[in-house]
Amino acid sequence: MLKHKRYYAAFIILILLAFFLLTLNLCIGSVATPFTELPDILGKDSADTVSRDIITQIRAPRALAAGILGGALALSGYLLQTFFHNPIASPFTLGISSGAKLVVALVMVASLGFSFHLNSWMMIFAAFAGSLLCMGFVILASRVISHMAMLIVSGVMIGYICSAVTDFVVTFADDENIVNLHNWSQGSFSGITWENVAVMAVVTAVASFCVFLLSKPISAYQMGEAYARNMGLNVRTFRILLVILSSILSACVTAFAGPVSFVGIAVPHLIKRLLGTVRPLLMIPACFLGGAVFCLFCDLLARTMFAPTELSISTVTAVFGAPVVIYIMIHKKKERAE
Amino acid sequence: MEDFYFYTEGLTVGYDGVPLVKNIRIHMKKGEILTLIGPNGAGKTTILRSIIRQLAPLGGVVWLDGKQTEKMSGRELSRKLSVVLTERIRPEMMTCEDVVATGRYPYTGTFGILTSEDRHIVRESMELVHILELKDRDFLEISDGQKQRVMLARALCQQPDIIVLDEPTSFLDIRYKLEFLSILQTMARTKNLSVLMSLHELDLAGRISDKIACVSGDKIDRFGTPEEIFTEGYIPKLYQMTTGFYDGRTGDLELPRPEGKPELLVIAGNGTGTSLFRKLQREQRPFAVGILWENDLDYPAARALAAQVVSVRAFHPIETSKKEQMKQLADQCRAVFCTLPPEEMTGMAAALREIRDYAASLGKLCSDP
Repeated sequence: MLKHKRYYAAFIILILLAFFLLTLNLCIGSVATPFTELPDILGKDSADTVSRDIITQIRAPRALAAGILGGALALSGYLLQTFFHNPIASPFTLGISSGAKLVVALVMVASLGFSFHLNSWMMIFAAFAGSLLCMGFVILASRVISHMAMLIVSGVMIGYICSAVTDFVVTFADDENIVNLHNWSQGSFSGITWENVAVMAVVTAVASFCVFLLSKPISAYQMGEAYARNMGLNVRTFRILLVILSSILSACVTAFAGPVSFVGIAVPHLIKRLLGTVRPLLMIPACFLGGAVFCLFCDLLARTMFAPTELSISTVTAVFGAPVVIYIMIHKKKERAE
Repeated sequence: MEDFYFYTEGLTVGYDGVPLVKNIRIHMKKGEILTLIGPNGAGKTTILRSIIRQLAPLGGVVWLDGKQTEKMSGRELSRKLSVVLTERIRPEMMTCEDVVATGRYPYTGTFGILTSEDRHIVRESMELVHILELKDRDFLEISDGQKQRVMLARALCQQPDIIVLDEPTSFLDIRYKLEFLSILQTMARTKNLSVLMSLHELDLAGRISDKIACVSGDKIDRFGTPEEIFTEGYIPKLYQMTTGFYDGRTGDLELPRPEGKPELLVIAGNGTGTSLFRKLQREQRPFAVGILWENDLDYPAARALAAQVVSVRAFHPIETSKKEQMKQLADQCRAVFCTLPPEEMTGMAAALREIRDYAASLGKLCSDP
């Protein structure tokens, strides 16, 4: 019973935080809007059209994107950690984000070169292709490398290679749009449109719902493959589903916000501590909420800390996420030494 | 074959298309215990893994409850068969109760939420295995022996008809080994649970199993009741033992005997000599023993360890020739030691006293070997 109270409390905290940060993200910026004036400005016959446009056309889609993509990223990380039985697996550490970034950059440059219009779906598809490609590499590598840290190192290396090629492409692409491309390739929630938000909301919602439906098989898989199989789980199909869903989720993030580091590792870990359980039925929704909160918070800082200069989102997420990874590594070492 | 609950027909198992054990034919009825024994690397685990569908067989069929297992759905099989494997699991933040409850997986709905009936069954299985007091402990913090019992409770709460265990007792101390196997035996006898397992401990295998299958080379070398398997000299052959000695009756093991001519003659009997024989073996001192009746407790160890044993048929008097043989040995050896107290050397054993006195007259009888 005590446990149930803890779960309720955790969810209430996460939901409240999400709403609180969402509101803050709407109010804070170069043009500050006091919270109390928010309903007035958003009201139909508001005189302050500038403020209204800033909020509805710039801040609102950006904040929603940060929330949705943060959730997607955390879930994607959670799935990868489940897949590899590795607490520091995430789209970023395994090079999957960078692979997606590379393919998206190539498609973007191509669209500039051949002047065709790039819509949200094409971006996601390109990112998905890149994710799957890198995922394939990492899975192949994981057959040879069983050591947890070494697998991550190989993932990071793949990530570096992809990033290098992306930088190369971006540097030599000749267009004024390059500034945008550069921003995006560093990771940023800026410049998100309502159309983007609609697409990412649909993709993320569908994928996350599928993940939620997998919560029972995930709980079996946590007991190791052999036992999972004995419980009647079709491990092969399940693993394929995991790969596809985590790739879709991380592709969605990369397509719109570029690579965002550490959310995928830090959030599932923090949420696990918060809930005190690894039950997927609770972990999945909590991870999504946690990712949303984490990214809303980090984007707020990225936007406002050195305004008008904007930090890349990864700079901020790394500051809060990297210590968590270090903690996990040290903790694991200790466990093994015992 | 049809009246067996579980049987295999020409099952061939191996990895990557290379057969390891061919044409396996084993069978058992409901409520029986079938044990696989055999040397390391013979393929016991491979056979078990193939039977539980962790590994695709290279040929042949496994029948369970009148159905081929390969034609069953994962869920159907998981309701009939559960496992305890050697692979270690490292579940995070799970209590022992949580781990046991994963056994209910084949019975729960889409989201795996436990009903009160499920919880009741979980509790029951934990009681059966005597781990109810571990209920709220973190699985990662309990001992290996406790973990193994938690895994057994988990397998039992899957409510199987047959349970497959791969070397379940390997990491258990003797108390838990016995407890663990006695739980299995109780389940087999009272709940009609069939048990298929591999064991390293031959003595235990011989005591608990209804059927034993010996895996050796690329085949099941023998399959039958323990009485049929543990015949004189078979086990050393199965395990290709070239050093030391195995007593098929007691399961006792002895290290190889010291090489060379006997330097000490031991007059023993009634089990008084065995520990001395082992001490002499450790010190690598060759020795001779006599006179032992062949049913004496000291006889198996003497036969395994002594350079020479002077023995007499069970329940028969000592012939004079044996006495002479002993005296000759006393002449040859540097010393003679007697483990029997004087009051035992009467009646039929009076000849032993005579030999001891003879040694004393030679000045070879020592009080400390």
